[in-house]
Amino acid sequence: MSLCAENLHYSYGDRPVLKGVSFTAEAGEFLSVLGPNGVGKSTLFRCILGLLTPTQGRTVIDGKDTSQMHPEELARRIAYIPQSHSPVFNYSVEDMVLMGTTSRVGRFAAPGKAQQAQAMDALERLGIADLASCGYQSISGGERQMVLIARALAQQTQILIMDEPSSSLDFGNRIRVMQTVKKLTGEGYTVIQSTHDPDQAFYYSDRILALQDGKVLAWGHPKELLCNSLISALYGTEVEVYSLRDDSVRICVPADQHR
Amino acid sequence: MKKIRKTRRLGSVMAVLTAALIVSLLVSVVLGRYPISIFQSFGILLNGLSSKLGLGELLPVTWTGTQTSLLLNHRLPRIILACMVGCCLSTAGAAYQGVFQNPMAAPDILGASSGAAFGAALAILLHLGSTMIVVLSFSCSILTVLLVIYTGERLRGKKAVGLILAGIMIGSLVSSGTSFIKLVADPENDLPAITYWLMGSLNGTKPSDVLFALIPMTLGTVPLLLLRWRINVLTLGDDECRTMGVNAKRLRIAVILFATLITAASVSVSGMIGWIGLVIPHFARRLVGNNYKKLLPVTMLFGAVFLLLVDDVSRNLFSTEIPIGILTSIIGVPFFLYLISGEGEKL
Repeated sequence: MSLCAENLHYSYGDRPVLKGVSFTAEAGEFLSVLGPNGVGKSTLFRCILGLLTPTQGRTVIDGKDTSQMHPEELARRIAYIPQSHSPVFNYSVEDMVLMGTTSRVGRFAAPGKAQQAQAMDALERLGIADLASCGYQSISGGERQMVLIARALAQQTQILIMDEPSSSLDFGNRIRVMQTVKKLTGEGYTVIQSTHDPDQAFYYSDRILALQDGKVLAWGHPKELLCNSLISALYGTEVEVYSLRDDSVRICVPADQHR
Repeated sequence: MKKIRKTRRLGSVMAVLTAALIVSLLVSVVLGRYPISIFQSFGILLNGLSSKLGLGELLPVTWTGTQTSLLLNHRLPRIILACMVGCCLSTAGAAYQGVFQNPMAAPDILGASSGAAFGAALAILLHLGSTMIVVLSFSCSILTVLLVIYTGERLRGKKAVGLILAGIMIGSLVSSGTSFIKLVADPENDLPAITYWLMGSLNGTKPSDVLFALIPMTLGTVPLLLLRWRINVLTLGDDECRTMGVNAKRLRIAVILFATLITAASVSVSGMIGWIGLVIPHFARRLVGNNYKKLLPVTMLFGAVFLLLVDDVSRNLFSTEIPIGILTSIIGVPFFLYLISGEGEKL
């Protein structure tokens, strides 16, 4: 499934945040959205997810305008994976994943055997089936992030939107989560994530969308985009980009030598 | 410790609670200053039913007319109403906790109780009779909650917090109205009647009260039972709820309205009975976990058994009746402290 954002605008009151953002994510593509704090990454995601109504422009999934879709229909196409959080009530991991199937059961019904099988299947695909009966509040941050990904899989959508999935995780969990997501794109899922880590975006993603001042600064392949000038311009600080391992890895380091 | 405390299976918990309900029903029929045995009660009910159907009296009459009248007009309606009110206040508490993502939420936070109190006090002051007490407290309760929802939607910021704030403000406004009524009420007759009503009691329940409360209570509990899975999704917050295909705003308003309907119906027939809407859902959470699919049915049965037993104590412990609202507080507060401290689950 492909997702196409066309000229999205959004303003909070009279403060414009998005000023015409357009891009396309093809099926099986891993797209990373880069940009400084407050540039509108979250606002962009909220517009795509139907949580905000763009003041201008639209999002199209497989030729269909998302603003014409009922919330249930939209939920069968796009799943949202929030940062690992702590809900008020301690649900079991299995119940948490089951909630992803809500858009596919009747309005006055609860998930049944078929949905339970889907939830367990999602947990098994991510290798965390042994967590099923644990309390969501009592597992680690990395495990919670994996559970939220499992919930998105149980939602059975082809497009996954992730809000800074790795920002609150330690180094090992960050790698595990990214590898899991990368594997999912190999299975045909379209993943759009926001991230603050250009190195990671280069290593894992197929395309990069760089946002600046509510507009698209650059959109394209990481190898073409991730260079000194773009990163320096994007974050407003002098950065040098080095290449390693035959240019399969690039790392960004501060340019000033006075430490 | 990673493992969640093993939650018991829904089926066995429901079976135990149903058995407890049947036993407490039988015990409650027998308990009372005027003795009626289980067999006599059974005979009164069976003969009453068979003569209604034109079959004559099936069992030999071993009881007096006083016993028949006492059972059918006083004891039985009171027992049934205790179960209904207990069930509804607990269900409303569980529903409000989910909607407001707040484990401390209870039926009184949206002004349902203070509105009902104002209506009842007004009806007593104006000598409108017992039917109008119920009608007026019910309508004032619903009106107060609608006002709270209207105000809450207008406040900026998080919707769940805004509603609670509006509930506190409007609730205190209505309570000062009740205080004013108490001030001007005749201290010989009306003031004691108002005060007694505010303490909450099932004393003097009539068969018509049961019928009056039955319709709104059914209209409220059945939709809540049907929507109970979606309340889970709502507890995750509006954004996540919406991305999973559920219209959070519509669902929240619906759950609030149904929960308020059953609260208002309960308060209007029984007065202010506190704590049950907070304590019972928490106890049920300890038993079967937080998933509303299991939580709501268990809460309903548990609430019915609990209030029935407390009402038995209320009418049998001393020769004069203790208002049940006082008892539920005396039992509820220590019990709740136990639940949330040391031994209990973290809130």
